[in-house]
Amino acid sequence: MSGVLAAGGTNTDFVAEETIFWILAVASVGAALAMILVRRAVHCAIMLAVVMLCLATMYAMEGAPFLAFVQIIVYTGAVLMLFLFVLMLIGISNADSIVETIKGQRLAAGLAAIGLLVLLALTIGHAAIGPAPPQNAGNNVNNLTGIAQLIFTTYVFPFEVTGALLITAAVGAMVLAHRERETPRPNQRELAARRVASGRLAPDPSPGVYALHDAADRPALLPDGSTSELSVSSALSPRDPKQEPRFVPPEETLQITAESGEWEIAPSGGADQ
Amino acid sequence: MSPVHYVALAVILFVIGGVGVLVRRNAIVVFMCIELMLNACNLAFVAFARLHANLDGQVIAFFVMVVAAAEVVVGLAILMAIYRARRSASVDDANLLKY
Repeated sequence: MSGVLAAGGTNTDFVAEETIFWILAVASVGAALAMILVRRAVHCAIMLAVVMLCLATMYAMEGAPFLAFVQIIVYTGAVLMLFLFVLMLIGISNADSIVETIKGQRLAAGLAAIGLLVLLALTIGHAAIGPAPPQNAGNNVNNLTGIAQLIFTTYVFPFEVTGALLITAAVGAMVLAHRERETPRPNQRELAARRVASGRLAPDPSPGVYALHDAADRPALLPDGSTSELSVSSALSPRDPKQEPRFVPPEETLQITAESGEWEIAPSGGADQ
Repeated sequence: MSPVHYVALAVILFVIGGVGVLVRRNAIVVFMCIELMLNACNLAFVAFARLHANLDGQVIAFFVMVVAAAEVVVGLAILMAIYRARRSASVDDANLLKY
């Protein structure tokens, strides 16, 4: 691998290169297929990371060590992390729906894919592509120096334009992600008035905490056995909606006796009376 | 290893990315599939750079990476703005411009 990274291609590398190529090709195609098949966006991101790492290794094998590291640092490091950040902001549990909203869309997409594949395969088949020269054939001194010479001589104007593009993109992202406050921030007097007007002065009940579920997403139980939706923050949704908390009558329940009107401990089953 | 293999792999990855763009509904996943297509193009560029024994293809691939990074930044910001307005990341829900 170090020989591959140093782009010192010799004939002894041939078998190793072929072996690594087939492993990486199967891994990347499989990960790409999994990417369009899995439902959760986070799993898609992981599969995309696999594809990118495979491609980075291939760049190294193809005599482009600079691009291999840029691929890992920029794509896998920065771009994919950006995807994950936005996924966290939008909601990690957003699974794609299986329902086909446009009738026959998947069939049409499959046909279009087959057509494109045939078209591109025929194009490659018709091209006369000879055997590859050694990995370092194009390098002037070495890969990094060669790329630097090209970027700062032939491609210096596109390079400068790229800088302008990046600054524009950064400013554009800041403008798009910025949220303007449309209403003035409410002060304390307005907040207090709003609370009195809402008719419920007390703070929201705290979430239920049980021996089994010591979590803030468990709603509190009301005295009649129903759950209080107010007790759970709206930012938290129950992880499993089917797993509702059950009302388990305790062995000894507090009951108000009719005579004294005071609290006393009633025996088991007292809640039914 | 012949460059044909690399180009064929690039073609396969490109087509898979294209199918993903066509069939997926989550806008973030659509973006990821576009990234996959750009990566496939980069692989073809690098393979052709080696075939022709010069570095121009690698420089173009480098520029593709830079432009892709800028595109992702702006695209995800647009996505967040849409999500804030419509509470959905599905491409089906952004249909105000439909005739």
